[in-house]
Amino acid sequence: MEIVDFIAAIEEEFDDLNPGDVSPNSVFRDMEGWSSMHALIFVALIDSKYNVLLNGDELKSCVTIKDLFDITLLKINGGGANT
Amino acid sequence: MGSSIQYLSYYLPQLEMDNNLLADQFVGKKAKELFDISGVKTRHVAAKGVLGSDLAISALELLQKEHPNFSLKEIDFLIVSTLVLDYNSPTTASVLHHKLGLSSACGTIDLPQGCSGFLYSLSVAEAMITAGNARNVLILLGEVPTKAIHSEDIVLRSIFGDAGAAIVVSENPTKSIGKFTFATFGDGFDFLKVERGGGRNPIDEAWIKKYSDQENQLSFGRIEMNGLEVLRFALKEIPGFLEQTLVKNGLTLSEIDFFIFHQASAMILKSLQRKCNIPEHKFISNFEDVGNTVSCSIPIALKKAAELGNLKKGNKIVLIGFGIGFSCIGTVIEW
Repeated sequence: MEIVDFIAAIEEEFDDLNPGDVSPNSVFRDMEGWSSMHALIFVALIDSKYNVLLNGDELKSCVTIKDLFDITLLKINGGGANT
Repeated sequence: MGSSIQYLSYYLPQLEMDNNLLADQFVGKKAKELFDISGVKTRHVAAKGVLGSDLAISALELLQKEHPNFSLKEIDFLIVSTLVLDYNSPTTASVLHHKLGLSSACGTIDLPQGCSGFLYSLSVAEAMITAGNARNVLILLGEVPTKAIHSEDIVLRSIFGDAGAAIVVSENPTKSIGKFTFATFGDGFDFLKVERGGGRNPIDEAWIKKYSDQENQLSFGRIEMNGLEVLRFALKEIPGFLEQTLVKNGLTLSEIDFFIFHQASAMILKSLQRKCNIPEHKFISNFEDVGNTVSCSIPIALKKAAELGNLKKGNKIVLIGFGIGFSCIGTVIEW
């Protein structure tokens, strides 16, 4: 699992994003038109691509795309319960 | 004796609230943003004073027009599912029994089971008929979620719509309603609920004062949803639940012609389709046309698919309901 694939999946999921719009340091809550529904799209996307279901606390702890990637990777590798 | 869905009709209130109309009510919001939030293009809103039971009766009137041979005299059991009851007591089914002039030998029951309400009603109808306790069961569904949403709640106003549905389930010697699976995750009861109006949380003066600017002062209560927890519940539980439903009915995924899940939200539907590996052409969704109509969502999707000519006699259709509670219910019907 590479962060470039993770970013590519995010850019593909959101209609308003083009390739290259997102970087590891992008603060996802700063995305244009951000709403709580966008957070749910991230959760659903990560679940369908990586079979990792993030919870509210995990989501709150993330600021950048890299944070989301790291916590997903951690859970794939068994670090943290997949609740 | 087996049973099958003999007749099915639905009714949508006249007022259609498309994204342009809805966006006009939110400063700075555009129709596209509302579609991006919800995946809904338009939803219907019941007029002031109209309750779920009224929409259910309108659906029944349509059913009677579409099937002139159908007579209410044949009905020996009535099941009503609505989240906004006419009265706390007696049952809305009793009230509708009187309005419709049903036989005094007709049993009545309310099953206010939210988004699982249709399939819970269908399971009871099937059991009543199979046990020989009824021959023709009328299921009336009526939902007015828009009456219990705060006017500034842009997410819920985008997602939910009002509707009614009427379904007749009758004896059928060649059984076409399959076995049901049930699941309840009561620890999620607080994540999707109608706040206030119950014995434990009655509406008081402070509530009325707080919502004095809202239609009916939100006196039917207010829908509150933790979207993340609802999504997590669906993603975590529904794929396994679908598998259980298939196993219980002795079927595999590839043997199913169509899948209709409760039309909860565009994102939940898309995610479940992906996660359950259901081919797109087999996954029926009309969410963008009507939104989430609570218990009416599966009947509407079923009827629209039939009207489009997509359903053929003998097709096996998986129906999965899930929602408030959290509850899940599933079965397989043969069209």
